[in-house]
Amino acid sequence: MNYLYHLYMEFLSRYSIPDVIGNITFYIIPFCIIALALLVVVLILVLAERKLLGWFTQRKGPNRVGFWGLLQTLADAFKLLIKENITPDKADRFLFNLAPVLVFVPVMTVLGIIPYSAEFTFADSSTNVILYLILAAFPVLGIFLAGWASNNKYSLIGALRGIAQVLSYELPVSFVILSVIVLASTMNLTGITLAQYSRLGVAGWFFIPCFIGFLIMFICILAELNRCPFDLPEAESELICGYNTEYSGMRFALFYLSEYAMLFANAVFITILFFGGYLSPFGTYLSYLILGDSNAANICVYFEQAFWLFFKASFIIFVIIWIRALLPRLASFDLLKFSWAFLLPVSILNLFGIIIYKYIMGGV
Amino acid sequence: MTMKKTLKLNLGPQHPSTHGVLRLILELDGEKIVSCEPDVGYLHRGMEKMAENMTYIQYLPTADRIDYLAGCFYSELLCRTVEKAKGVELSQRVKTIRVILLELNRIASHLLWIGAFLMDLGAVSPFFYAMREREMILRYFEKLTGQRMMYNYFVFGGVRKDIDYIEDIENIIKILPEKIKDYEKIITDNPIFLKRTKGKGILEQDVAFNYAVTGVNLRASGIEYDIRTTDYLYEGFKFKPVVLEGKDSWARYKARILELKESIKIIEQGLNILTYGEKLEQNLINPINLKLPEGEYYNEIEAPRGLASVYIKSTGDDKPYRLKWRTGSYYSVNLLRKLLVGEYLNDAIAISGSLDIILPEVDK
Repeated sequence: MNYLYHLYMEFLSRYSIPDVIGNITFYIIPFCIIALALLVVVLILVLAERKLLGWFTQRKGPNRVGFWGLLQTLADAFKLLIKENITPDKADRFLFNLAPVLVFVPVMTVLGIIPYSAEFTFADSSTNVILYLILAAFPVLGIFLAGWASNNKYSLIGALRGIAQVLSYELPVSFVILSVIVLASTMNLTGITLAQYSRLGVAGWFFIPCFIGFLIMFICILAELNRCPFDLPEAESELICGYNTEYSGMRFALFYLSEYAMLFANAVFITILFFGGYLSPFGTYLSYLILGDSNAANICVYFEQAFWLFFKASFIIFVIIWIRALLPRLASFDLLKFSWAFLLPVSILNLFGIIIYKYIMGGV
Repeated sequence: MTMKKTLKLNLGPQHPSTHGVLRLILELDGEKIVSCEPDVGYLHRGMEKMAENMTYIQYLPTADRIDYLAGCFYSELLCRTVEKAKGVELSQRVKTIRVILLELNRIASHLLWIGAFLMDLGAVSPFFYAMREREMILRYFEKLTGQRMMYNYFVFGGVRKDIDYIEDIENIIKILPEKIKDYEKIITDNPIFLKRTKGKGILEQDVAFNYAVTGVNLRASGIEYDIRTTDYLYEGFKFKPVVLEGKDSWARYKARILELKESIKIIEQGLNILTYGEKLEQNLINPINLKLPEGEYYNEIEAPRGLASVYIKSTGDDKPYRLKWRTGSYYSVNLLRKLLVGEYLNDAIAISGSLDIILPEVDK
């Protein structure tokens, strides 16, 4: 952030605004940006999912509100906002209200630790990856509370499934991430991104040595997001809506929002771990190619980097939506068996393989 | 203090995957079902009692409404009973028209089942694909009879008017086989689908006999019992009853797919007879003051959901003294009591889906 910080301070001092104000606002602005960006991302994602699912299933998708259905999600969000928040009679009021917040907050935080482009990570730390792991597993606590506090049997079963699922899929994820850490020799997300840099662009990305790891990670992400074919905690045809059956209005919107924000965050995370994060797939950035080595290019590069990150992430999101259109749901027992009996051993083997690979390549 | 070890779950009557308003009282141990008690009657319209206060022609439209997915079969049953009681012979053209419409109706019903079954398993797209093809058939029915689901097309001694728009049927049977291939591509060998259906919900032959299960469910257990082979309407039509040995959900799915193909063959043969260019000859029975001679009448037909039959006791009046329907789904619902015990909740949904239960048909 140093470069941006200096730019910002320079900008302020030009209008003779004291440094104190600059120091305070510099850290507030990013979080406002996150909050806004999150809303925009979710609005786009929800529309994209509905449009894509529509096309996959021979329908048009939403096309009434706004041009080409662009405002559909806004209309839905507005509807949720003005709806009544109903708390069931025998629900645990405090926990019931707490649960959506517990789901929502970590998701917001996750978005803060992602390096969107060089110099543009809101909360950079040397162990970003571990922080990510913790935050990504955190919402399941909220899910469990929601299921427990609703005093609804469907919610309870959904919550139990959610816990079992996340617990068993968290382990393979950890081993895969470990192998990426071995490859990059760092636990910082920006560091992992930069470790994938090569003049040939795609050739340096980690999905090439760690392809099995990528597949495992992708499957586990589906499970952690409760996405099809692992959507057991909210299996519509079995549990009505799973853990959020009893939620309405804004509280439901929070669940919904965090679900899609988490989808986005996870897609971005996979991109960073395996597809070079914000790196250009051509090795050099297009901005430099077009604008030459100028000051304008230096600014443009930030946007280009963010573009590459979003571009790669949206491709992963597309695949996730595609899978939803295609596959039926797994049975709960098979789901757990699949993780413990297949994914976990393979991910451990993958870790050893990567360590040997790293040793041979002489990176230790 | 003693802990209650099991959880009582009220699945339905309003639940996304009960295909109407079926209520299952489940006793769960974890997610394992200890006992299952189907509770039917939420859609009871008193159709059998209604008949006692209606003349036969007044009751005819009601017969269509017993099973809204396969209305033709029940009006055919009522017509057949009256025709046989009056000793009226049908011309070959009328028989052929009836067979074609019955089989089209069977295809529509099976297509919806395929969609709904996959929906139960959590796959979204097949539902829309199946609905698309079903829509072609419903459009045709609408063109011909003016109704999409309750056709009221068969009348005592013939059909309401001559068949028309034959090119539409030709189009349907030309397109359908390709579409069925498409379904098989995304469903039949899908590993998740196989896992959810192979070896699940095994219906042993003696159980099937004891519970009086008929139709595809019985034939998928390896018993050749298709009364179309002895039905006088189907005389001269060449087809083979679909018999599979699997006994599980997958066999029931496959049997329906194969039955679609058989139905297409029957329609093809029917069209060949029709294009022979015969004039429509009907021996219509005057419905005014229509009285059945004193006695008992019983007729049966192979409906999409198993053997359907009607029993009428007449005292020589213009209204039936007693009228009873036998519908296939009723026995399948009863079967849940046996099949679901010991299964996990999400398998239970898949199994009950595979039996093709339609609640208006159960409750009458």
